Amino acid sequence: MEMPRPDGGLIARRDRIVAALRAVLPADAVIDDPAETRAYECDGLTAYRCAPLAVVLPRSTAEVAAALALCHAEGVPVVPRGTGTSLAGGALPTADSVVLGVGRMTAVLEIDTVDRIVRVETGRTNLAVSAAVEEAGFFYAPDPSSQLACAIAGNIGMNSGGAHCLKYGVTTNNLLGLTMVLMDGTVIELGGAHFDAAGLDLMGVVCGSEGQLGVVTEAVLRILPRPEGARPVLIAFASPEAAGACVADIIRAGVLPVAIEFMDRPCIRACEAHARAGYPDCEALLIVEVEGDEAEIAHQLGLIERIARRHAPVLVRESASAEESARIWLGRKSAFGAMGRIGDYICLDGTIPVSELPRVLAAIAALSARYGHSVANVFHAGDGNMHPLILFDANDPASLAGAEALGAEILRLCVAVGGCLTGEHGVGVEKRDLMAVQFSPDDLEAQMRVKDVFDPRWLLNPAKVFPLAASEGRRAA
Amino acid sequence: MPPDARAPGRFAAGRPASAGPDPGDPGSPAATPPPAAAAEAAGALCPASEVELAELVAAAAGPLRVIGGGTRGMAPAAGRTLTTAALAGVVLYEPAALTLVVRAGTPVGEVERRLAAEGQRLPFEPMDHRGLLGTRGTPTMGGVAAANVSGPRRILAGAARDAMLGVRFVDGNGRVIANGGRVMKNVTGYDLVRLVAGSRGGLGILTEIAFKVLPAPETQAVLRLAGLDDTRAVAAMAAALASPWEVSGAAHLPAGRDGGAVTLLRLEGFAGAVAGRAGRLAAALAGFGRAEVESDPARVAATWAAVRDVAAFHGREGDVWRLSVRPSAAAALVARAEAAGTLYDWGGGLVWLLMPEGTDLRARLGPVPGHATLVRAAAATRARLATLHPEPPAVAALAAGLRARFDPRAILGGGGS
Repeated sequence: MEMPRPDGGLIARRDRIVAALRAVLPADAVIDDPAETRAYECDGLTAYRCAPLAVVLPRSTAEVAAALALCHAEGVPVVPRGTGTSLAGGALPTADSVVLGVGRMTAVLEIDTVDRIVRVETGRTNLAVSAAVEEAGFFYAPDPSSQLACAIAGNIGMNSGGAHCLKYGVTTNNLLGLTMVLMDGTVIELGGAHFDAAGLDLMGVVCGSEGQLGVVTEAVLRILPRPEGARPVLIAFASPEAAGACVADIIRAGVLPVAIEFMDRPCIRACEAHARAGYPDCEALLIVEVEGDEAEIAHQLGLIERIARRHAPVLVRESASAEESARIWLGRKSAFGAMGRIGDYICLDGTIPVSELPRVLAAIAALSARYGHSVANVFHAGDGNMHPLILFDANDPASLAGAEALGAEILRLCVAVGGCLTGEHGVGVEKRDLMAVQFSPDDLEAQMRVKDVFDPRWLLNPAKVFPLAASEGRRAA
Repeated sequence: MPPDARAPGRFAAGRPASAGPDPGDPGSPAATPPPAAAAEAAGALCPASEVELAELVAAAAGPLRVIGGGTRGMAPAAGRTLTTAALAGVVLYEPAALTLVVRAGTPVGEVERRLAAEGQRLPFEPMDHRGLLGTRGTPTMGGVAAANVSGPRRILAGAARDAMLGVRFVDGNGRVIANGGRVMKNVTGYDLVRLVAGSRGGLGILTEIAFKVLPAPETQAVLRLAGLDDTRAVAAMAAALASPWEVSGAAHLPAGRDGGAVTLLRLEGFAGAVAGRAGRLAAALAGFGRAEVESDPARVAATWAAVRDVAAFHGREGDVWRLSVRPSAAAALVARAEAAGTLYDWGGGLVWLLMPEGTDLRARLGPVPGHATLVRAAAATRARLATLHPEPPAVAALAAGLRARFDPRAILGGGGS
């Protein structure tokens, strides 16, 4: 992975730029001590690191506007950052950039249970949004695995999903309005507490634009009444094909579970060793969760179990208590941690049409053998979003390179069967150079036109999303 | 296979053999829908493939008046008519993946029939504008997407834009652009799907759209509350929507020429669940009066079709306005409007108003927490008042910048009429 060569002129002017930032921001909002800026050298994609020129941590939309206006005037690239949990390198700095973190902007500005919205500053974490409305009986639906740590700013930047989006959708489906600052310091509001756009749906394209169109400082989020109850059933199979067919039949039968999670044998074994969730040792495991009151849950689980039994399951175990439900989910939720105890891994995020599941799993197994890297699969089966985990040895550069090459092959496979490179993590720097696999030059040109309008000088997070060769003329302009 | 060489592998790849032959494939002449032939006979451009459409747009010397079925009143008044009617057919339908890919000119009715045969439906319940606007023609899926047409179920299941997974379109330069795909979770690159949804054709001409579909419910029921004033009705709807019983429709028709006020709440799902939820919802809303429960399928369907299509205004004179507002602000806005007719949908988030001809509703209302669209009016009124609500200058500048880049020759009508 390459990053553009930093602008030596900017680095030479570092002291002047920092002084100018200090002139428009409170003293403690500007960080330039190299010992402290190092904390911002990477995000969740720790394989790549680079400390920025400086870090600014504003406390208000006005301070964000002041910082951006100044960087715009000085021609300094800006890398927006939520809490730095991106798995795609979305918040990876360059040496000539200023990192703008919204982590100090965490306030809840408004809760309205009549209009069913919450308005928050975007440095607030995902889980803290749900926590703020919990007492009123509501929750915020998108639930990325990192929800304890990740900020709404990053959720909007990457259009984050989660385990429950088969029923509730992803961030873009739960975002009603936002306040954002353009690179030149202009503050705009898009949407609000109403349900659709007056003209072009600009908010729709801002969500998922990976911090390249503006810095979102406030968000109006849709909140939902908490369901009366929820309960999972664990279904084990002797083959991934049987599990895939079972998922298809459940959906065909008109049941819409709130989540359908899939794990393969390597993942099941790792989770069981780590979390002791009581998973059977089998080729494929489904966790299917439904919501409603007791009678509704029993009816839906009954239907699901009847369907499952047509596919010769090794085990069907309906949760009988809150403790058991928690235990079933504990295994799944600790999957990444469990794999981390076995070794270093790369987490992929491609999506495939659900019908391609058995074929893609077989192909991944063959690729895994060919490249000599173990791959464990855990994914959201209801929506086809896969998370193959490729094991490698971080102390061996050749091992990382091999794992990355295998990852790229798997993502190409996802695109070839009608899917995409990334379902919820974003492109960042990680999948930037694979974009041409999924998009034609005209497709990429159309996307880059949007950035031309919002950020004509390409100063916001410029080295992300688009292959460097495709964006070079614009970044150099 | 699609006639355009680039289509395979970019949207419908992985199509299983079990999907079977596509009866709507325009590759077979017998399947060419009649509206296309009629349009062609009337002198409209009627491209039969995406490639042909791209060539027509690239070669266009002046403005185009692009329509699907021409039923939604959003095409520019001037320009050479170009219809997508011949770009029709279901490209892919996988019920087990809840995925449908259609060409833009595919009639909405054909899609709804095809889905119903598999026990599924479009989640967003698109309105039919013909009764309200007095238009004729065949509504198309391209029109639904271009206008983000979303009916009562929008409050639970999302709008058309939320169900759109991918698009292919021809921009004002005649370039074919694909964005999104056919899978439910996809954050690869910028989301032009949402940008094009509701753009009223101003950024490009849709050729193909992938939708998420949902299972149709086993049962539906409606709770009716009688005699509530608007403020109480919005409060009742808000209470219902804040309950865990997944209310999929919340509408209110104030007292007027059709009788007393009635507030409608819809429940959908498995039979046992709907019966149980109806009882619990009625009990929870006891403070708003005694709720009457209607569960006859035909009557329930007719009730919501009337809400969806604003049947209360059909055949009545006057301008039609559509307010998209913060629900809690709706009743006060309606009081200021002094309309001849009013219908609340989306729990108050959507308000249809029938106004005396030529009324400047925006001036009468003052600041609106949302926006007001002029949906039906004489040409002179539309020219004077503009169809779409004015945007703040910085936002309008961004929108204008996007239009200028996607349609530099301004031949697509700007999506503003």
